[in-house]
Amino acid sequence: MRKLLFANLFRPPLTEAPPSPADAALAELGRALERATRRRLGRSLSIREVDAGSCNGCELEIHALSNAFYDVERFGIRFVASPRHADVLMVTGPVTKNMGEALRRAWEATPDPKWVVAVGDCARDGGHFKSSYAVAGGVDEVVPVDLHIPGCPPSPTALLEGLLALLQRADATV
Amino acid sequence: MPALTDLLAEGEPVANHRPWPRTRLGPDRWTFAIAQLAEGHWTLMGLWGEPASVHMALRDDETGDLGVVSLACPDHRYPSVGRFHPPAIRLERTASDLFGLEPEGLEDTRPWLDQGKWGVSRPLGATLPATGEPVPYAFLTAEGEALHEVPVGPIHAGIIEPGHFRFTCSGETLVRVEERLGYVHKGVESLMAGADLAHCARLAGRLSGDATVAYASAFARAAEAATASEAPPRAQALRALMAELERLANHLGDIGAICNDASFALMLAECGILRERCLRAAEAAFGHRLMRDRVVPGGVAGDLDTAGTSAIRALVEAIRRRFPALIQLYDSTASLQDRTVGTGRLDPALARQYGAGGHVGRASGRNFDSRKCPGYAPYDRLDFTVPVLEGGDVDARVWVRIREVEQSLGLVDQLLASLPDGPVRVDLPACEGEGMALAESFRGDVLAWLRLASDGRIARCHLRDPSWFQWPLLEAAIEGNIIADFPLCNKSFNCSYSGHDL
Repeated sequence: MRKLLFANLFRPPLTEAPPSPADAALAELGRALERATRRRLGRSLSIREVDAGSCNGCELEIHALSNAFYDVERFGIRFVASPRHADVLMVTGPVTKNMGEALRRAWEATPDPKWVVAVGDCARDGGHFKSSYAVAGGVDEVVPVDLHIPGCPPSPTALLEGLLALLQRADATV
Repeated sequence: MPALTDLLAEGEPVANHRPWPRTRLGPDRWTFAIAQLAEGHWTLMGLWGEPASVHMALRDDETGDLGVVSLACPDHRYPSVGRFHPPAIRLERTASDLFGLEPEGLEDTRPWLDQGKWGVSRPLGATLPATGEPVPYAFLTAEGEALHEVPVGPIHAGIIEPGHFRFTCSGETLVRVEERLGYVHKGVESLMAGADLAHCARLAGRLSGDATVAYASAFARAAEAATASEAPPRAQALRALMAELERLANHLGDIGAICNDASFALMLAECGILRERCLRAAEAAFGHRLMRDRVVPGGVAGDLDTAGTSAIRALVEAIRRRFPALIQLYDSTASLQDRTVGTGRLDPALARQYGAGGHVGRASGRNFDSRKCPGYAPYDRLDFTVPVLEGGDVDARVWVRIREVEQSLGLVDQLLASLPDGPVRVDLPACEGEGMALAESFRGDVLAWLRLASDGRIARCHLRDPSWFQWPLLEAAIEGNIIADFPLCNKSFNCSYSGHDL
């Protein structure tokens, strides 16, 4: 193990340059963020991810945010285990009727101020599953949504662009 | 020992069911089939309902033959398979939830996917509006001094899918774990009924996102079987290429994640790099990181160009260069081995009884891989071995994945070296027919069964995830382990929630 770690010291970093925040996301966020939030948050975001019915494709790409190429923690963004520690709920999937209550309770357990980021095409309006008896619809059928990141699934770069927009807007509204 | 082909010959054969036969049986022959399953001669490959009949896909373990048997149930009842053969229990509870078919004699009458929130009951059968408040789910109990229960989920601490686990512990030791799933039930089978093939292929590719290529391939091959057509050779080879890239990405991700659940983060970081390289190669070669919607009925959505070929070649080289050091790291880190060796041991007898596919079965001695048997193109002309281990613990499941990564690299080499020329897609005729296919996902065999109406639309489609026969085994494998090792065991199984919940 020592040899591997030592060799890694001399490898150039794999980390990608940060993408610029998505314009569309910035426009959408304009409505969502207020002055007070920047003071409370500092330049960091704690995210609680909630799969409310996804096929697990979005989860794979959200996981990829933590790999050496995207390294999301360098931006002060981290994933936390409890909604009580979170500023942001990141919700995937068409919300299934069987997950509606759990999602609502996770949202209620998240302290204010809080934002909801809906990830993936299904999270917008139910996507391919919208007419099913078992699906409530998009995330905003159950909790208020501040930002959508489209894609099936969105790439890690698209996810980063959306999250950076969230951070930047929080900065700009001081 | 009775052969499955004999039973299939005894019933009333169904025309246009391809490539394996389907037979309508009477109740006594149905009961005979149950006895063969219970005695371990045959393996249950799937069980699904229709409004007034029930079907079982069976495999004769002696000969490798496959077939489907059907029983008409005009009064919505049938002799329970699960009563004598436990692997069928959850499938029967599902058929009861979706179609209102009652398995006679099954002790466990609790619903499985239906949590009383759909607004309807029996959504695919004689639909009824749901009445009253949802009934609380009665978890199984464990009795004894100083036992305590820990409810976990549906939302878990990590970035994973939702499901509920009810742990009963004595101190730190697990006495019982009971799973409750169904939280991500999206009603896929009802969305497919009456829809066209192209739309259904997209739904199939979204049943379990990590196995989107395997699902789309199983669905496409079932549709091709139903219409008596075949994808062109180049398309078959490209499907296999995508399937192996998917397997590589998932296995590499899993090896890292399992080690991370034993708090060995270095492996996650290293494997995460290789996984990301797989996804980037997939995007360069096929235009999507997960290769979603790239496999379509009749072939594949796009061709592979020389830039894509070089991206895949570079990937194979990168993994070959880096992976041996990681295997060495796994094998020589005592603190890591201390967590994985002997943990979460799955009894080979259970793996065989449940017909557990993928790394779960193969790490517990079950030598089954649908690429070999029944086999499908192009794997019949490729050279590869199926790693089988006997240990049954987390360590064995890691090693099966490691060996499968090596085999997949060899398969990618062979596929690239022998890519046939020609078209990559044909149009399927719009006609009646029934088809079934198995495709080997990284997790095990995916089964797709479908019936086409005369206009070529889907009349009924059932997709069976390998997890159906793995989830129940996790409950068995965890017994006697400490609760802190549950995430490790769970990750080593890596069952799909979405694929299972339909």
